[in-house]
Amino acid sequence: MSDKMILTAEHITKKFPASGKRVLTACDDINLTLCQGETLGIVGESGCGKSTFVKMIVNILKPTEGKILYRGQDITKLKGEKLRRLRPKIQMVFQDPSAAFHPKMKVMDIVTEPLMNFRLIKQSEKEEKAKELLRMVELPEDYIYRFPHSMSGGQRQRVGIARALALEPEIIVCDEATSALDVSVQDRIIELLVKLQKEKGISFIFICHDVALVQSLAHQVAVMYLGNVVEILPGKDVRTNARHPYTKALLGAIFSARMDFTKEIKSIESEAPSPLNVPAGCPFQNRCSQCMEICKVKKPELRKIGEGHQAACHKLKSL
Amino acid sequence: MKKKQNIFVKNKKFTVYLILALAIILVAVLAPQIAPYDPSESVLTDALKAPGEGHLFGTDKLGRDLFSRVIYGTRASLPATFALVGSIFLVGSALGIIAGYFGGWIDAVIMRIADMMVAFPGMVLAIAIAGILGPSITNAVIAIGLVSWTKYARMARSLVLKIKHDDYIEAARVTGSKTGHILTRYLLPTVVPTLIITASTDIGGMMLELAGLSFLGFGARPPIPEWGLMLSEGRSYMQNAPWVMIFPGLAILIVVTVFNLLGDSLRDVLDPRDEE
Repeated sequence: MSDKMILTAEHITKKFPASGKRVLTACDDINLTLCQGETLGIVGESGCGKSTFVKMIVNILKPTEGKILYRGQDITKLKGEKLRRLRPKIQMVFQDPSAAFHPKMKVMDIVTEPLMNFRLIKQSEKEEKAKELLRMVELPEDYIYRFPHSMSGGQRQRVGIARALALEPEIIVCDEATSALDVSVQDRIIELLVKLQKEKGISFIFICHDVALVQSLAHQVAVMYLGNVVEILPGKDVRTNARHPYTKALLGAIFSARMDFTKEIKSIESEAPSPLNVPAGCPFQNRCSQCMEICKVKKPELRKIGEGHQAACHKLKSL
Repeated sequence: MKKKQNIFVKNKKFTVYLILALAIILVAVLAPQIAPYDPSESVLTDALKAPGEGHLFGTDKLGRDLFSRVIYGTRASLPATFALVGSIFLVGSALGIIAGYFGGWIDAVIMRIADMMVAFPGMVLAIAIAGILGPSITNAVIAIGLVSWTKYARMARSLVLKIKHDDYIEAARVTGSKTGHILTRYLLPTVVPTLIITASTDIGGMMLELAGLSFLGFGARPPIPEWGLMLSEGRSYMQNAPWVMIFPGLAILIVVTVFNLLGDSLRDVLDPRDEE
């Protein structure tokens, strides 16, 4: 599996300065691997640092510590033209399709702008290329003359995907790409992404707060809580084999009709601690139903608990 | 084409003020054709004649035709004002966009210089510059420009800060847009409408400041027919020859009012809230 690794995040930590000399830790020592042609899902509630993490992957933000290796090259150190030359390899689909486009640009200019930026096509080829890209995301060709604000959310998100596809990237990061859409539209966007992955062998990093959605399309799922990855497991095992109390709580909150969820629901109701003031020990301690003494003192590390399955929990050491 | 016509039909106020402003500019351009006399030709025997036949607005203390001088005054005031507003608009918005987008020490340096300029009283600086470089219209423009660009820089910076972290700007970076492309294609268009409105409402005020400096003797020098200077020259004759002050004063009043109203109505035209 290691020969297929395309992107590796090593010890990624991101701290933001906050008011009064405090420090907000958005990501705390994250280690993740993305394999060629696979999908890495990242789940977690709002504010757990998943968006910050992918912004570092697409190089909008720089990590405070740690490396991101793309084919063995640390991309966090790149600057200027070198960084720009890397951009075509890693593209992004944004969360809110109504905010992701220049309000005064037509679809044709939006989807071909990446190509124009790298002078890959001429002005005269724009129209043809734009149509081709729209075909790829299953939109009518004549939409190239429209403005995004005259399109529906699902159509706009397809334009966003077309723009990400334009440079034929190896990795596409989807930051909650379906969260702003209706459930029915969500499914079709996911279908499109899966289809594109099969056709082009693109690797996806798919961020979502919906565990059910992520496990249906991700090969690997990383569960984040308060800036930490608490569990990594194969997508197909999420339903049956999740071990970390937080993952179970997330599942409990979703499949509530089928499970005995009373405990989990109760534990997930309290607020997550502020990332400005992360407690010592396990980040999940105050909401965990099985919290022990050691959880308040020592922070559990990710350790292997099964094939392709890692979790950070003191309770699981004995398992 | 149809859309262009609609702008003028829909905004009647704007159209009227625009025509008035263009008329004023036309007066400046056609000054030699309109003015009956040479503005610097003095006929001492005709000094301080009351308005009437031969001299529509009367004459000043040197017997120069006041109407001609007021007409030629547009040639002194308008170019100076446009140059002033144009340059502070360009410099201010460019520096503001750069400060806002790049942040960090660039932002700190630009905005601290702006703070210094705000803290400096404009008139005092103008007097100092006139003292160093000698009084002239150009130096008055430089002096006022030095303290006025900050307004544009602040405004451009705050507008840029507001949209800098929007998804579509970040998307532009991810898709490999060069910084220059982002600045001109993404940031400039969002900043320019607001700044143009500010600039057009500033024209009147800047004209007044320039006239004020000339009045105090730090701007235009005689014998240039400049309204502020004419007011200053006419001050001592106010009691027995009030027209020497009334007509240049009226000219300032009318021109400033027209450009202020034009700026106000331009806001209604460009206000993005009116867009569907």
